[in-house]
Amino acid sequence: MSHRRIRFYGAAGQLGTIAVTLLGLLLLTFFIGRLMPADPVRAIVGEDATRETYEQVYRSLGLDRPLWEQFAYYLGDVFTGNFGTSIRTGQPVIQDILHVMPATIELATFAILIGAGLGVPLGVFAAVNKDRWLDHVVRVFSLFGHSMPIFWTGMIALIVFYAHLGLVGGSGRMDQFYIGLVEERTGFLLIDSLIAGEMDVFWSALNHIILPAALLGYSSSAYITRMTRSFMLDQLGQEYVTTARVKGLSRNQTIWQHAFVNIRVQLVTIIALAYGSLLEGAVLIETVFAWPGFGQYLTNNLITGDMNAVMTCVLIVGVIFIGLNLLSDVLYRIFDPRTR
Amino acid sequence: MEKPILEVDNLRIRYGGASVEAVRGVSFTLGRERLGIVGESGSGKSTVGRALLRLLPGATITADTLRFGELELLTLSEKAMLKVRGRRMSMILQDPKFSLNPIRRVGDQVGETYLRHFRCSKAEARDKALAMLEAVKIRDPERVYDQYPHEISGGMGQRVMIAMMLLADPDLVIADEPTSALDVTVRLQVLNILDSLVRDRGIGLIMISHDLNLVRNFCDRVLIMYAGRVVETLAARDLDRAQHPYTRGLLAAQPRIGGARAPLAVLDRQPEWLEEKA
Repeated sequence: MSHRRIRFYGAAGQLGTIAVTLLGLLLLTFFIGRLMPADPVRAIVGEDATRETYEQVYRSLGLDRPLWEQFAYYLGDVFTGNFGTSIRTGQPVIQDILHVMPATIELATFAILIGAGLGVPLGVFAAVNKDRWLDHVVRVFSLFGHSMPIFWTGMIALIVFYAHLGLVGGSGRMDQFYIGLVEERTGFLLIDSLIAGEMDVFWSALNHIILPAALLGYSSSAYITRMTRSFMLDQLGQEYVTTARVKGLSRNQTIWQHAFVNIRVQLVTIIALAYGSLLEGAVLIETVFAWPGFGQYLTNNLITGDMNAVMTCVLIVGVIFIGLNLLSDVLYRIFDPRTR
Repeated sequence: MEKPILEVDNLRIRYGGASVEAVRGVSFTLGRERLGIVGESGSGKSTVGRALLRLLPGATITADTLRFGELELLTLSEKAMLKVRGRRMSMILQDPKFSLNPIRRVGDQVGETYLRHFRCSKAEARDKALAMLEAVKIRDPERVYDQYPHEISGGMGQRVMIAMMLLADPDLVIADEPTSALDVTVRLQVLNILDSLVRDRGIGLIMISHDLNLVRNFCDRVLIMYAGRVVETLAARDLDRAQHPYTRGLLAAQPRIGGARAPLAVLDRQPEWLEEKA
């Protein structure tokens, strides 16, 4: 009973924290919208509009009302799913975002699978072989991934793997030929093409995503490797590792069954954060590979001062991070009995 | 005399990169008895214990003989060593706060020893673990089995440790300062449990400690180590008749209840204690 009550309060407290964070986030996006030097009215009416037109639009946007009232309207809009219209595209912002987000999610998910799939084993490997040449190789490898500017590696990779070797597809999400062939249902091209049974499109999409995803994955694996290595070194120095060896477990069994299970929690946290920053949009790689994703969208909006769209993008990035933090909190509770 | 469990002759251990050996020519034999190894911090007593299990990463171990039963430990492959550790020789570590895996259930950690060395089902390992928890006088084994290390006390943790290390019925148990992390009040309790289990099962015991009184009460024989060497070996009951000046110094430095209030004697270390006997 008491256990259940503690859990209930824990969950309630968590929800409270999320609500407060969300409110703070909304305040932030609201004030970004108000304080940015861009003039939303001017952006709509253009430079040549008469004073009267300007005043009219100014009032219709509610900008003559007190700030708190404007914020209340903003809250109401957000909770009814109305994020305004993009000045740049003339479409509802939410529709634009729903269009670009799947491309980024697809790329980011692919990339994090590569990053974690590469980084975690390498980190463990490096920790186990600390200060031996294998460790040094891994460290140089990950340092390389961390310090190479990704637009440069992106271009080099395109030149080598696409232009010269022809192993992968070039820029875009699929070959020009296939564009518009598959009906957009989820927006995830790999899934849509499978649903439609268009295997050619699927292979083309896979061929296009593999290179940018590998580059992003490599660059985030650098961080994941380093963190895994240091978490693992921490655990390998613990006395319970000796206990496991004394019981007769082999080195590998000890590493994976005892030490590794103790770093899962920390790993989940850093992988979630790495995933978050990938979702936020990899502007550079999206630009190099002409990937129509969230990063490009956000950057274009910033450049053109499309305030409704910028506010919504910031809000989405914030929500993504709140969500990932929540996820890692929940996993903490599952993985570590001491936090229950 | 019965065949000894363990014969150690001229054991030398050097940690990687160190200029001097941590253990310099230690020799002793062990039958079905309880042997205490006493010495100050850094004297090499724990190093000897870990060397027997070949769990000293980065250290170089050499010996003329390091025979355990019919096995020559130093020439054994790592694979063969895996069958020795936990099954035939095990070690009780110092502090259960650190020596138990914090995120695995206590009972599973105990049962793992059995699972590792015998072909059996998980249910069978669980039964063995429960029986062993009972043998170390844990009152409610079923409940404790499902608890995590942070949920049990230090004394109970050390009893869990004992259960884990005796479960596969080894020939030799090394207890590396098994009670120094415990409250004085539970020390005796834990030691008595260990003592009776070791006696009942005829297990050889090496008790590594810096506590002369503890060793006097729970061991048959005592090795006194100083700076990586055994300076004196004697029966526990003869401890008061020790010859070596180091041992005499240690004894003299002990406080006694009801003794004179004079300042305790301080060891006067002599450089010749460091020299190896020819």
